[in-house]
Amino acid sequence: MAGNDKEIQKNNGNTASQEHADERRRFLTPDTDIFEDGDNIYLVADMPGVDKKSVDIAVEKNILTIKGYVEPTAHDGHKVTFREYGSSDYRRSFRLSDDIDNDKIEASMENGVLRVLLPKSGPARIRKIPVLTG
Amino acid sequence: MLIHRHFTGTHYSPWAEMERMQRQINRIFGEIDAQGFGGYPHVNVAESGESLIVNAELPGVNSESLDISVKGDQLQIKGSRAEDKDKAGHRYHLRERKSGDFSRTLRLPYRVNAEKVEAVFKNGILEITLPRADEDRPRKIAISGRLN
Repeated sequence: MAGNDKEIQKNNGNTASQEHADERRRFLTPDTDIFEDGDNIYLVADMPGVDKKSVDIAVEKNILTIKGYVEPTAHDGHKVTFREYGSSDYRRSFRLSDDIDNDKIEASMENGVLRVLLPKSGPARIRKIPVLTG
Repeated sequence: MLIHRHFTGTHYSPWAEMERMQRQINRIFGEIDAQGFGGYPHVNVAESGESLIVNAELPGVNSESLDISVKGDQLQIKGSRAEDKDKAGHRYHLRERKSGDFSRTLRLPYRVNAEKVEAVFKNGILEITLPRADEDRPRKIAISGRLN
């Protein structure tokens, strides 16, 4: 799912084929912290192996869904002999309180950690959030 | 040091029995002996006769805090994961991410050349490539004469 910015836009578009592919896939649930102060709700999720270009964040009604796609790693001539973690894509949904300003949601991704800032207040409506790069 | 307990796992684990069995199996077959199976960080190991590739999941860890050392057939990964700054007035709804110091030692299936070990850290995944030590490679013995 990694690629140029155009491809990411397409992922964010939630096409029917993408949804269909998601249905059949097994997802990992990222370890997540959620906390808030007077102004914002903060979400921090561990998604090791996910590049910032391979993150998909969507808010629909008051459900926030985060997805992260992992590049498969291949080691030529090597056989995996010991495995403690699986390299699947990540997905998790959260129900938000109604008072999130969807237009001002910000997200960043660094070292395999996704951070989403959700400012309080404003009516909830469908919006896709681009991940800041750089 | 409350945080540290997340990593050392002193609390009851339903996987304890499985971990014990896994360790026994590892001992029997002389394969990777990861002390504290399922400890932190989680690792995957791929091997060929020539080299080993160890991947470790370390999201949010600063590469400068990582300390990787190799001695003979032992690989140690040490480091710390900083906690998000707890500002006054922050109320937690969910807290699953761990933080604190960690250390893990793996016994590798063969001795490696410590001089040629390479490590790359990308998107929260550490990848360590460890070439097999020359003295540990299987050697073909040429038959030079015959016994009388």
